[in-house]
Amino acid sequence: MMTDAPGHNPTLAALSASDRIGQAMPFILVPLVVVAGFLAIGSSSSWLTLTVAGLAMGMMIFLMASGLTLVFGLMDVINFGHGAFISVGAFVGVSVLIGFGGWTSAPSLGLNLAAVALAILAAIAVTGVLGWGFERVIVRPVYGQHLHQILVTVGGLIVIEQLIQVVWGPHEIFINRPETLQGAITYAGAALEKYRLLAVALGLMVFVAMRLVLRRTKIGLIVRAGVQNGEMVQALGYRLRLVFIGVFVAGSALAGLGGVMWGLYQGVITAGMGEEMMILVFIVVIIGGLGSVEGAFIGALLVGLSQNYIAFLAPKLALISNIGLMAAILMWRPQGMMPVVKAK
Amino acid sequence: MSEPILTLEGVYTDIAQYHILHDLDLAVPRGGVTMLLGRNGVGKTTTLRTIMGLWRTKRGTITLDGRDLGAMATAERARLGIGYVPEDMGIFSDLTVAENMTLAAASGPLDAARLEWIFAAFPPLRTFWRSEAGNLSGGQKQMLAIARAMAEERRLYLIDEPTKGLAPAIISTMAGALRDLKSRGASILLVEQNFAVAKALGDSAAVMDDGRVIWAGAMAELAGDAALQERLMGLSMETA
Repeated sequence: MMTDAPGHNPTLAALSASDRIGQAMPFILVPLVVVAGFLAIGSSSSWLTLTVAGLAMGMMIFLMASGLTLVFGLMDVINFGHGAFISVGAFVGVSVLIGFGGWTSAPSLGLNLAAVALAILAAIAVTGVLGWGFERVIVRPVYGQHLHQILVTVGGLIVIEQLIQVVWGPHEIFINRPETLQGAITYAGAALEKYRLLAVALGLMVFVAMRLVLRRTKIGLIVRAGVQNGEMVQALGYRLRLVFIGVFVAGSALAGLGGVMWGLYQGVITAGMGEEMMILVFIVVIIGGLGSVEGAFIGALLVGLSQNYIAFLAPKLALISNIGLMAAILMWRPQGMMPVVKAK
Repeated sequence: MSEPILTLEGVYTDIAQYHILHDLDLAVPRGGVTMLLGRNGVGKTTTLRTIMGLWRTKRGTITLDGRDLGAMATAERARLGIGYVPEDMGIFSDLTVAENMTLAAASGPLDAARLEWIFAAFPPLRTFWRSEAGNLSGGQKQMLAIARAMAEERRLYLIDEPTKGLAPAIISTMAGALRDLKSRGASILLVEQNFAVAKALGDSAAVMDDGRVIWAGAMAELAGDAALQERLMGLSMETA
């Protein structure tokens, strides 16, 4: 017969007001930055245009960063080769769009979106397979060895960039957005680029889907637990390596998706574009908190918004806005905003 | 006497450059509680981690119900029916109590009757079912750690110092739960520094020193022989 603990009346300590504010602060930061931007810019139409541009940029960076933060959180792997998936995704996607030139130049929203969807699917498929191979050949031999991880994943990035040049040539490729995604719509006096609105919608959909998978499914539960304590997840009977491979493949595919979107956003793609984006991606992963998808999402939006606002308000400061943002957040929270994995 | 459920023969485990287990032999009888005793740092936790495959053996064999665990990964060993409660509890603090328990049922959904049994053993888990595990007290976290091991039928439970640092009232809850588990025929290998708990729960005991088992026998025999305790562990259970 069980014995209850005599006199043990369980209660949870109530959080203090400052603790509650501290917990909510990362979620409040984006609206705060948006309001601050409004007050600083003054013109509501300029502010709206810049806000949509910032959100679109943030969503695309989030697509590229979300996989990297999970890969780091789950297996403590620092993958500098992640940028390769961005570049490959962009080249594959743009090749598909060029192949479907008839669809992209037609003044039909349906055909244009179908062409973009095909480009995205092709990029996801190719970068997913590439990610699987990258994990097997390059990452697997160096588990637990950070210095080796940096060296071999940078090496992998260089090799893939060179292969891109072999396949697609050494020069940048210019690409026009599909016909109906060019230009802007006017709302409340502000010009809102159609493509940016598409990027915001797509980024939101991916974020919601990722949250649903992570919060509502068993596999999501395993991933979230694995980021916190991989050893214990294995001791409960789950083969974490298989989960990790799945996350690596999904993260690579998301980077590929981000690459297509970013390529179309910029209108030009190069073999080195992924490598260039990695600085922003790492900033987002660090300020968001290692292993946190929500943190990466908020971090990406902060980077996108602050860069656009500052570029408008003080163009000379735009170059250092992201580093400044990272420094400010790390001074406030040295582990990032919502760390799941504690930095070692 | 039935075959032991778990056998370790000539097991050596190194951690980095340190030799922790040396030629360890241990047999855990089927059914009942086997206490793994010894001073701090003699290799008790390493023994449990080695059985789980969290440290790899350098030499020696580990068999569970006659199956060699040597080549198996940790997850495979767990799937064979080993429930493990580590010394640091291994709680997923950002997950709710419910999510921790759901995860512990690796082979399917949580069984409702089993969950009621767990709630009866650890009432706070029902109270805080939807709360984040990180907000629980130390004792409640330990309850959750043991409850996770109990979430499914296991062949063997490996439990590492479940009463460490807990208030007497919570220790009584823990001991009650383990006694209940034992009464259901479970086989438990329990590392415990609280000799009162060890004496009350243990059927058999193995005492370790310097990475090997130096004595194994009935718990009652050890508990009733102060000189033996002094010789094996450098202290008497009665005075501890």
